[in-house]
Amino acid sequence: MSIELLANFSYIVSAGLFIYGLKMLGSPATARRGNLLSSLAMLIAVIAGLSSKGIVSYEFIIGGIILGAVIGALAARLVAMTSMPEMVALFNGSGGAASLLVGWATLYLADTTGVAAVLGDAGLIKQGISTFTAITVVLAILIGGVTLTGSLIAYGKLSERIGSAAIVFNGQRVVNSLILAGLLGSGVMFCLAPSADSQWLYAVIGLSLALGIMAVIPIGGADMPVVISLLNSYSGIAACAAGFAINNNILIVAGSLVGASGMILTNIMCKAMNRSLANVLFSGFGAVKQGKAIEGEVKPISQEDAYYILEAASNVCFVPGYGMAVAQAQHVVKELGKILEANGAEVSYAIHPVAGRMPGHMNVLLAEADVPYEQLVEMDDINPRIENVDVCIVIGANDVVNPSAREDEDSPIYGMPIINVDQARTVFVLKRSMASGFSGVDNPLFFNENTRMLFGDAKESISGIIGQFG
Amino acid sequence: MEVVFLTFILVLSIFLGFELISKVPATLHTPLMSGANAISGITLAGAFLTSGAVNNEMAYILGTAAVTLATINVVGGYLVTDRMLGMFRSKSGSGK
Repeated sequence: MSIELLANFSYIVSAGLFIYGLKMLGSPATARRGNLLSSLAMLIAVIAGLSSKGIVSYEFIIGGIILGAVIGALAARLVAMTSMPEMVALFNGSGGAASLLVGWATLYLADTTGVAAVLGDAGLIKQGISTFTAITVVLAILIGGVTLTGSLIAYGKLSERIGSAAIVFNGQRVVNSLILAGLLGSGVMFCLAPSADSQWLYAVIGLSLALGIMAVIPIGGADMPVVISLLNSYSGIAACAAGFAINNNILIVAGSLVGASGMILTNIMCKAMNRSLANVLFSGFGAVKQGKAIEGEVKPISQEDAYYILEAASNVCFVPGYGMAVAQAQHVVKELGKILEANGAEVSYAIHPVAGRMPGHMNVLLAEADVPYEQLVEMDDINPRIENVDVCIVIGANDVVNPSAREDEDSPIYGMPIINVDQARTVFVLKRSMASGFSGVDNPLFFNENTRMLFGDAKESISGIIGQFG
Repeated sequence: MEVVFLTFILVLSIFLGFELISKVPATLHTPLMSGANAISGITLAGAFLTSGAVNNEMAYILGTAAVTLATINVVGGYLVTDRMLGMFRSKSGSGK
C-alpha cells in the first residue's frame, strides 16, 4: 500500500473522529471526552499530512510547530475566563491568517515545475495554475484576510484597546463599495493570468485585509456575540477554501464543520436579539429612534434590607450579564447562591443567549465558580415559571431584561426576547449607576413597583449581603 | 471530476455540521466555539505541503508562518476547551 493511500485512509478515520467528537460536545457529561477525540482526530490528520511525499524539508515545519505549540499552550493556560471572548477572537484571526498564507503559498508550489509534477500525481496541477485553483486561492486569501483583520478589530473592541462603540462615518458605504469592486476586479484579473508574481495578487491581499477592518468597525460592543460567531464561521470556510486550493479532503470536511457551527451560533445570536444578520452587520445601534420617555422614581435598597428579603425568600433566580464579568463577581455570586440554598431556598441562574460578549460566556464564568450546570437555566425554561420566583437578582444585565422589548413598540429593542424578571415577585438590580445599557435604551424595569436598586460595585454589594448572613 | 468530488464532500459535510451542532445546548456554546476553533487549525495539514515541498524561499516563509499560526490554533484551542470543560460540574460532584 502506498503512503499516499495510507494517508488518505487516515483522513477518513480522522474525519469520523471529528464528527463523533462534535457529537459528544452536545452534552456537558461527555463534552470533555468529545474534545479529546477531536484532538486525536487532529493528531491523526497532522501525522498523515506530514507523511505527504511532496515534503522535502522538515526543519521549518518542526520549528513552526514548536513555536506555535508554545504560544498556544501558554495562551490557553494563562487566559482568565473573563477574557475568553478576546482569546477566541485572536484564535479566529490566526486560523484565518493560516488559511490566507496556505492559499498564497500554493501559488509558489505550482510555479515550480519540479513540484508541479509531484502534485500532478495527486491530480492537482496539470501544468501551471489552473483557473479552478486560482479561484480557490483567491477565496482562501479573501476569507482568510477578512477573518484576520476582522478578528483583530473585534479583539481590540473586546479588550477596549479601541473604543467598543460602533464607528460610523460619512461615505462609509462608498468606501466599502469601492473595496468590494476593487476586490472583484483584481480577483478576476488575477484568475485570468494566475501567477505568484502577479500584482493583482497583492491587490487582493491588501483589499481583503482592508475589508475585514471596514466590516467590523461599525459594529458596537453589545453585538460582539454575533461578530465572534460569524468570524468563527469564516475561519472554517477559509480552511475549506484552502482545502480546495491544495486538493485536500480533510481540510474541506473539518473546515465546513466549523463553518456550519459558526453559522448556527450566528443565527442563534441574531434570533436572540430579534435582528437580522444584515441589520447587525450594517447598522450601528447608535442612530436609532428613542422609545417612550419613562417617568417614575427608582427605589434604592440597602444591603441590610436586601438581606432581610433574601433571608425570607424560598425561590431565588440570578440573572447575570456582562457586568458580572467586568466586576469579576461570579465567585461571590456562587457563594451567595450556596448560602441561600443552605437557607432552604431554591436557587437557579437564568442565562439569556446574548448575555455577555460571546455565546455561552456567562455559563463558562459560572462553571468556573463551580456552579453545577443543572442550575443554569435557559430563557425559555425560566420565563413560564418566573412568577413563582420570589427574588430575581439582576447582575450587570440591562437590555436582556428590559420590558420595553415586550411592551413598547417604539423601542429600538422591541421584539427582542427577554427574561421577564419584571414578572417575578421582587427584582433586585445591581448596578453601578443609572446609566443605560449598551444599546442606550432606557429601562422601565428600574422604575417598576417591585424593583429595588442596589447601587454600587456588584462584587462589593454581594459580598456585603453575604456578610449580613454571616 | 475532481471538482465535483470535492464539492460533493463539501455539501455533505455542511449538512452534517448543521445536524450535529444544532443539538449543542446553550451552556456549551463557548467551549463549542473554542473547540471548533481548534478544528479550523486543520489548515496545519495543508500548511506542511507548502512549507516543506519546494526550494523557494518565499514558499518557505509563508508556509512556516502558516504552520506556526495553525499550531497556535490547534494547541491553544484544544487546551483552553479542555480547561473550560473541566470546570463544568454536575451537581453530584462527579465532574467532567
